[in-house]
Amino acid sequence: MTKKLLSMGLGAGLLAACASVLAQDGGAAAAPAAAAAVEVVPTLSAGDTAWMLTSTMLVILMVIPGLALFYGGLVRSKNMLSVLAQVFVIFSLITVLWAIYGFTLAFGGEGKFFGGFDKLFLMGIAPDTLSSALKTIPEYVFVAFQSTFAAITVALIVGAFAERIKFAAVIVFSVLWFTFSYIPMAHMVWGGGLLAEDGALDFAGGTVVHINAAVAGLVGAYMLGKRIGFGKEALPPHSLTLTMVGASLLWVGWFGFNAGSAGAANGIAGLAFINTIVATGAAALSWIAAEALHRGKASMLGAASGAVAGLVCITPAAGLVGPMGSIVMGLIAGPLCLWGVSGLKRMLKVDDVCDVFGVHGVGGILGAILTGVFCAKGLGGIEPEGFNMGHQVWVQVKSVLLTIAWSGVVSLVSYKIAALTVGLRVSEESERQGLDITSHGEVAYTR
Amino acid sequence: MKMVIAIIKPFKLDEVREALSQIGVQGITVTEVKGFGRQKGHTELYRGAEYVVDFLPKLKIEAAIADELVDAAIDAIEDAARTGKIGDGKIFVLSLEQSIRIRTGETGDAAL
Repeated sequence: MTKKLLSMGLGAGLLAACASVLAQDGGAAAAPAAAAAVEVVPTLSAGDTAWMLTSTMLVILMVIPGLALFYGGLVRSKNMLSVLAQVFVIFSLITVLWAIYGFTLAFGGEGKFFGGFDKLFLMGIAPDTLSSALKTIPEYVFVAFQSTFAAITVALIVGAFAERIKFAAVIVFSVLWFTFSYIPMAHMVWGGGLLAEDGALDFAGGTVVHINAAVAGLVGAYMLGKRIGFGKEALPPHSLTLTMVGASLLWVGWFGFNAGSAGAANGIAGLAFINTIVATGAAALSWIAAEALHRGKASMLGAASGAVAGLVCITPAAGLVGPMGSIVMGLIAGPLCLWGVSGLKRMLKVDDVCDVFGVHGVGGILGAILTGVFCAKGLGGIEPEGFNMGHQVWVQVKSVLLTIAWSGVVSLVSYKIAALTVGLRVSEESERQGLDITSHGEVAYTR
Repeated sequence: MKMVIAIIKPFKLDEVREALSQIGVQGITVTEVKGFGRQKGHTELYRGAEYVVDFLPKLKIEAAIADELVDAAIDAIEDAARTGKIGDGKIFVLSLEQSIRIRTGETGDAAL
């Protein structure tokens, strides 16, 4: 009886959300058209700058400790510190590399796949230099904001190969992949490269961040191989409490990720903000409803995972779709990503420890494609000039396929280089003892 | 002297301690253990991974008891720890060769 009620509830909810989406008014495409006649000299906006600084800090919190705890809680206690260390060190490493050469290659210059070297070592930038991309904030603030995106993208990958990878391999892989997958993807979508020219819509990084990282995670999980005991022994999470704390930090921090991608303290930021609330809530609800239907119980991990799935899904759409569209997107993301971490995962026969592909890959692909649908004015979105839904969805699909192909190839090569130089996987004995003591000489929890 | 070992359901600890105290057993050692006999375990579900967990949490109580008190101790533990449902536990009695109080050096029954 409860099952029937739940499915009816889910169905009714979806129908109601769809109806409300159609009823909603969309916005005109990017309203600064009023500036066309007069050449406005960009000046520093204190409000925009304050918001972008805040957003940057929020994204940092997403990585440390948000993502670190989210993943950490999902592994066994003997490997907790290894996950925390990998995330923490990747954050430290990638942000530094970003400042040295990442920023210039992603945002300097007009190549199809890479930018130029004109801002190497951030030369030519002074504290009062305004960002060429976001005209009312300092360049340094833009550099900092973008550095956190680069860092979190690489950090996302560790969840897939956790509990058996060599620490040195993580470092080698991260440097290579950051350089040859993240930077060109960021350039292609946000730095004026190939995908931007094509008209692909990606507000805060569904392709650049989530699909990019998810594919790298999937490839890594295959190349590392399954953990000892996978499929035979119980390998349950050691602290869903910490996973929930991590998921909550991710949700709160994501407001910096999505609303900060508006680049200013304005209405679009407000739109991205509300979308980041409702899409996430809807996805958490629909995930646990689907869980309750299929297995009889709604779980804490399900609610946390559903929320993350919703966040991933809304990322490319945050400043482009309306709130009701966001709710529908969230409602779909929940059950689809639940399938991603169960049915799809079994089909792929892969040991993706923290379900990086199941959540970020499936959610990212769904979000990228649905962005092309729900940005339509008739569905409450902000459609670009000359919008045609069929064409836009096709452009979105192309950007997804390119991301998958690019990331897949670069990941494969990067893991291979790591394997040949430092070796990928720890010894069987080290894996059994736990990475904390064998790789880092530490124990997370004394008895 | 005998070493009496009892595996009981965790929530029964206070009752068993009370019962033993009343018949003159002043000291026990308690350990948290896992075990199973006929009682069924449970299933845990994390995203797509399902684990059947056979082991259930129990408490192990160990008490060194003078021969004259052993029968009374067994009765006391049995009555206090019994719920009537599967999983109530078991009591084992082992022969104890020697017992020493560390502080004073007393041995035998004086050390119990």
